Amino acid sequence: MLGDFDLAEEAMQDAFRIALERWPKQGIPIEPGAWITTTAKRRLIDRLRKRRVRDRLDPLYGRERLNREGQIEMLENSLDSSLEDDRLRLIFTCCHPAINQDAQIALTLNSLGGLSVPEVARAFLVPTSTMAQRLVRAKRKIREARIPYRVPPDHLLPERLPSVLLVLYLIFNEGYEASQGGAAIRRELCDEAIRLGRLLTELMPDEPEALGLLALLLLHNARRDARVDEAGDPVLLEDQNRSRWDRQAMSEGRALVRSALARKQPGSYQIQAAIAAVHCEAACAEDTDWQQIVALYGELLKLQPTPVVALNHAVAVAMSDGPKRGLALADSISQLDNYLYYHSARALMLERLGRMGAARTALLRALKLAGNSSQKKFLRRKVELLDSPSSDVP
Amino acid sequence: MLYMLLINTDESYYGTLSEEQMGQLMGEYMQFGEEIEKAGVQITNHRLRPSSSTTTVRVRNGEVLSTDGPFAETKEQCGGYYLIDVKDLDEAIAWAAKIPSSKYGAIEVRPIWVMDEDSGGQS
Repeated sequence: MLGDFDLAEEAMQDAFRIALERWPKQGIPIEPGAWITTTAKRRLIDRLRKRRVRDRLDPLYGRERLNREGQIEMLENSLDSSLEDDRLRLIFTCCHPAINQDAQIALTLNSLGGLSVPEVARAFLVPTSTMAQRLVRAKRKIREARIPYRVPPDHLLPERLPSVLLVLYLIFNEGYEASQGGAAIRRELCDEAIRLGRLLTELMPDEPEALGLLALLLLHNARRDARVDEAGDPVLLEDQNRSRWDRQAMSEGRALVRSALARKQPGSYQIQAAIAAVHCEAACAEDTDWQQIVALYGELLKLQPTPVVALNHAVAVAMSDGPKRGLALADSISQLDNYLYYHSARALMLERLGRMGAARTALLRALKLAGNSSQKKFLRRKVELLDSPSSDVP
Repeated sequence: MLYMLLINTDESYYGTLSEEQMGQLMGEYMQFGEEIEKAGVQITNHRLRPSSSTTTVRVRNGEVLSTDGPFAETKEQCGGYYLIDVKDLDEAIAWAAKIPSSKYGAIEVRPIWVMDEDSGGQS
């Protein structure tokens, strides 16, 4: 049995493949989105015609043909409706909560992002065969459990939209974390997530959280180049060269946050984007409006009362009201003992309070949790600075 | 499309309920039963006796081996099921979420393998 999902997905992939072949030679069309959908539509009709011919030739298809005739009719009707709906249906089907999250991400990239299976595999650092398996299994689940190929009705949206947004967010993060070194394809994930975010806001212009997510991705991405130094080591927000921030992306992101918040339905992506926007508005680290950031984290904490958000709130309080109050908040958070940033944030507050011994202990704890070499290098340097007598020299 | 909704619960939970609470739960199930009946999607449903009354049967080398107790000694055991016929997984999930036990147990939604339907395999 062939679901509509498979057909639409194949057609979309065809369209992306053709675009990859043609655009570099012939230039990018004026409306790339419309070009893709029109091409996908043509490919879909081609595929349907071929299938029909085969059905006629093969008598074994008897009963299935009847099913297919109905399906073709339905598809042809749906072709008349806007093809944008098709892409939206694809996103929601790929991100259906009944599909395992890793597979949601892979499906989305593969069927909407136009990344090939080996590319998706490389982006997620797994063997191609593993990724292919994952996709096959997910597609089988869509078919066998009959996951509907549609945009969920309004009453289901509040429970479905978050998984779509989360998938885009995770795709972005995967690329963002890979900024230091790693395959170029991993960094491309950021652009891919932003492109999909734009698509989602085009298709659902009235969803403030979709706008908020796109704004958040743009604002983070604007700082991407400044996040690492020439040696490829991470640079903290306060030490970043702000002239390397992408002003255009920042103003687009800020405009989006504003228009999202104006709808008066605050959500966690909008608030995170607003926080990122406040950082972007400061000409230098000292100018940061920490009070506003504290207030925003307070709001976020209400919507998302997780230990990590509580930690960020504590860090902001330390900047706004002093390390003593920040540390008291940080110390009241449990469950973060295995979280690197918890210990590095505490180290910083302790250092500011002049409690060097405790700061050192916290840094060593963070060092133990460091996963990659640049994190380790960064933390070791911090310990050395703490140990050197002139620790006020950066 | 047929789906089996398998109700998995920690059986010891029922022992913690007062008579009144148990009555309330039964009332919720009656109400759910009426709703699903009225919607015309239910094929059948059954409540199962506690897992302590289970016998597990295996045949090895032609010999029938019966043992006392369930196949898997897990805390949560299947205590009943609904077999429903609905359009797609979203509808099945919506019904699963209405089963009173979903609030403290877990409902497994399994599509029924209709032999005819998939026999052609993937084309």
